[in-house]
Amino acid sequence: MATLPADPQQIIERFGPHLSSMSGVRLSTSVEPERLVKTHCCFCGQQCGIQLKTRDNVVIGFEPWEDFPFNRGMLCPKGVKRYLQGAHPDRLLTALERSPSSPGGFRSVPYADAIARVAREIERLQTVHGPDAVGVLGGASLTTEKTYLLGKFARMCLRTRYIDYNGRLCMVSAGAANKKAFGIDRTTSPWSDMVGTEVIWVAGSNVAECSPITTNYLWQAREQGARIIIQDPRITPVARTCDLYLPVRPGRDAALFAGVLRIMIERDWIDHAFIEASTTGFDEVAAYCREWPLARTADVTGVPARSILQAAEWWGTATSSFLFHARGIEHHSNGVQNALGTINLVLASGRIGTPKSGYGTIVGQANGQGGREHGQKCDQLPGWRDISVPEHRHYIAGVWGMDERDLPGPGVDAYEMFRKIDAGEIKALVAICFNPKISLPDASFVTRALDKLEFFTAIDFFLSDTARHADVVLPGSLQEEDEGTVTQVEGRIIKINKAIPCPGEAREDWRIVQDVARALGRERGFTFDSPRAIFEELRVASKGGVADYSGVTYEKVEREMGVFWPCYSEDPRSGAPLADHPGTPRLFEPGSYNPVAKGAGPFYFPDGRARFNVAEYRPPVDDASEEYPVLLTTGRVVSQFLSGTQTRRIGPLVRQYPEPRVEMHPRLAGTLGIADGDWTTVETRRGSMTVRASVVTTIRPDTVFVPYHWAGPKSVNQLTVAAQDPISRIPQYKVCGCRVRKADGPPPYAAALEPQQ
Amino acid sequence: MAKPDSLFFFIDPSRCIGCQACVHACTECDTHRGDSMIHLEYVDRSRSTQTVPVVCMHCEQPTCAEVCPADAIKRTADGVVQSARKPRCIACGNCVLACPFGVPELYDERKIMMKCDMCYDRTSAGKKPMCATVCPSQALFFGTREQIDQLRPQSIPTNRFQFGGQAITTGVFVMAPRRLAAPAPLVDVTAALDDRPPARAVRLTLVPPPASDRTGAAPADATDPFAAVEVPS
Repeated sequence: MATLPADPQQIIERFGPHLSSMSGVRLSTSVEPERLVKTHCCFCGQQCGIQLKTRDNVVIGFEPWEDFPFNRGMLCPKGVKRYLQGAHPDRLLTALERSPSSPGGFRSVPYADAIARVAREIERLQTVHGPDAVGVLGGASLTTEKTYLLGKFARMCLRTRYIDYNGRLCMVSAGAANKKAFGIDRTTSPWSDMVGTEVIWVAGSNVAECSPITTNYLWQAREQGARIIIQDPRITPVARTCDLYLPVRPGRDAALFAGVLRIMIERDWIDHAFIEASTTGFDEVAAYCREWPLARTADVTGVPARSILQAAEWWGTATSSFLFHARGIEHHSNGVQNALGTINLVLASGRIGTPKSGYGTIVGQANGQGGREHGQKCDQLPGWRDISVPEHRHYIAGVWGMDERDLPGPGVDAYEMFRKIDAGEIKALVAICFNPKISLPDASFVTRALDKLEFFTAIDFFLSDTARHADVVLPGSLQEEDEGTVTQVEGRIIKINKAIPCPGEAREDWRIVQDVARALGRERGFTFDSPRAIFEELRVASKGGVADYSGVTYEKVEREMGVFWPCYSEDPRSGAPLADHPGTPRLFEPGSYNPVAKGAGPFYFPDGRARFNVAEYRPPVDDASEEYPVLLTTGRVVSQFLSGTQTRRIGPLVRQYPEPRVEMHPRLAGTLGIADGDWTTVETRRGSMTVRASVVTTIRPDTVFVPYHWAGPKSVNQLTVAAQDPISRIPQYKVCGCRVRKADGPPPYAAALEPQQ
Repeated sequence: MAKPDSLFFFIDPSRCIGCQACVHACTECDTHRGDSMIHLEYVDRSRSTQTVPVVCMHCEQPTCAEVCPADAIKRTADGVVQSARKPRCIACGNCVLACPFGVPELYDERKIMMKCDMCYDRTSAGKKPMCATVCPSQALFFGTREQIDQLRPQSIPTNRFQFGGQAITTGVFVMAPRRLAAPAPLVDVTAALDDRPPARAVRLTLVPPPASDRTGAAPADATDPFAAVEVPS
């Protein structure tokens, strides 16, 4: 039974989101902290170093950590105010059980009783319907230790094939493209390599708002002479002063890359020697690009021909370069093709694997990199191994001490899991660090599926919109209440340190997972006594895989302020033990050795060569039409993070940008009779929402933008389309047809809800 | 201790991304926790994402101090203009009206003017100001002249401003694009208010990126990149 236990308004009243503020000790100017704990921000994939001030088991403030090499003390507003998520009035301090007669729809229950009930329900449903009746959802904000444990829990304890994670909404298009082109899925270079390069192309990344610390690297590169190319339908803060702005129409990125590559080929701005020696597949790509003459490219992409030519010239004739992309080109039903299009530009230039040239995707979540490597993806085992490959299964079954035949096969992506819930195949769900009710497209479908679950348990520290559907909520840990590692945007493994203990009956997430295993009577393999112990097993499990962490220790990570994987415990050439492998800050260096190519070349295929892949343009699903003529795109604002479960509870961040607005160009607003601040209704084939308009010249006049961090009637994912990329299964958040009109008046929520609710 | 005289504060509005990290960080300062002494404004959000962080410019001859009838605003020997002294300040607001940069604010409840004092508790103890430490785009920078010259070869620091007939020299520097700063030794602030600014004026909203004249391409704000986009009907 997973319908909402009470009216949403009652749930909000009891569980929030309410706002925290600086008060008490946190406002005092005379209270000294007891400890300063060096750790990292809990939010995005940059993972800035920060020092948390603690006193009496509460985080009372922060102090910049200027020695940490990535951010040197720099922080965005989320990092500055992150500590206000702790000691929060909404914090879950006990286990909860669905109880429609209780205030807010839940009653507190003893933790042990809650665990026992979770085990009982899992046992019951698996006995009746088989192991696959239970699904597991994880997340990429979890430490690598937790993601590893969760994958093991699903496969070894629950024996279910159905596990996937919220990186499905985030990094999978980039990951799939990287795998196809390079045989390894990681940004190639440390960000410090950017300074001194000639050209930086940023495709679909609002760097200033989504990864603010990267801005200084961009500006520093520019000061040293780099030209900055920004490809985006909006003039974002980094586009404002870039050298070349490519105002691409949403969903047309692959066409742009094909058109640019065609010009480079025609004018011979390509690296023949590199293509010949280090790649395969160029001829097929070149043949496809011939279909994209300049006029057609300009027509389809909406980018002026002279800008396309300029981009091709700068990119084609540079001697060093970086290319970055993010969700702007990845959140598409053509996301993998878009990412492959960028890789083709990089490979044709031959500029990769050298100190001032690189390629990468800017990850969104704290552990966007590490969270996609160690087995919480539906088709993956630790160390970036493949659950369908017999040797990989054999190795991991050996590490886990189980019969390989008992190890389930591949499952399905997170969205498909909801379709299976809707179809009645998956009866129960165990979820952590995933708020699909806000973050998945077509929210009304997701809600319907949640309602159908026979049993749902969520591990959470606040009652997220999704956890409101749970039968049992288990009180988990905030990032600062546990330790472990994450792998940040550059591929650098770093250490999260525990600043304070969990309050009340809340427990570290890994303990909760193990408690469930024990209550099921299936505790073998789930008796770790610390994150370090989990990490030690992960080192063994990842050994020999592409994402090899075997040479990494907590001590080494702390001593060196991060270690780039792969980091070996044995020399991949000889098998001889290595006492202190330095890690791999830069991939694909000429002459480099990797265990897949075995010396044949720098890329992770048996022949050592990178792959060109034909990166075909396909129009978006549910494109602009006569009925829905405007393009809707979505994204973030700098003061909020993901579905807002944390950041919509932090007062100063909410005040900075309280509620979603629909951004539109004054020319579009003019034809619709809409003025800045007017209540405006945006409608798609799936739903409609009413928000205030923000009329600005910084967006294409055929496109509107709504940020996605809010819930319920303010969630733009009521409108987005569940079309998915056929390879990565990422949803197409970044474009669909919509219509826009001036609203008759304020929506009902305006009087009932506070901005963050 | 004093602020080391080799260290200076530099502002580069062309780098600013409007994230407000500086403002939030200012509220964490131990001397005025909960209140920010600085602010950050959009120039005109309807036309641009350009924002400007506003910290105290620490004038050599502070107008705020000159107009103070109670002589409550002091400038330290190391050039930091401080918040009004509590026993003297009569909360008249003269300083708020007079400051050409729009920096001081009156805190009605406390009956006092407070403003940015360059994190005196931090800078006098060898640390950087909170805002310049956290600024993710380093639009706010604190360091030596040698550091800024090395890190920002495309710009030069300027600390002389013209407000109508009043010329002001400040302790804080603003980074101006090198090629524009050469013919315009002063940043003519009031020119931005005119419809047709004098030829030598520098308008912050019009400052193009340093690389653009080298390449001939137009920055996003200078022309309408969406001119050819048809509005759906």
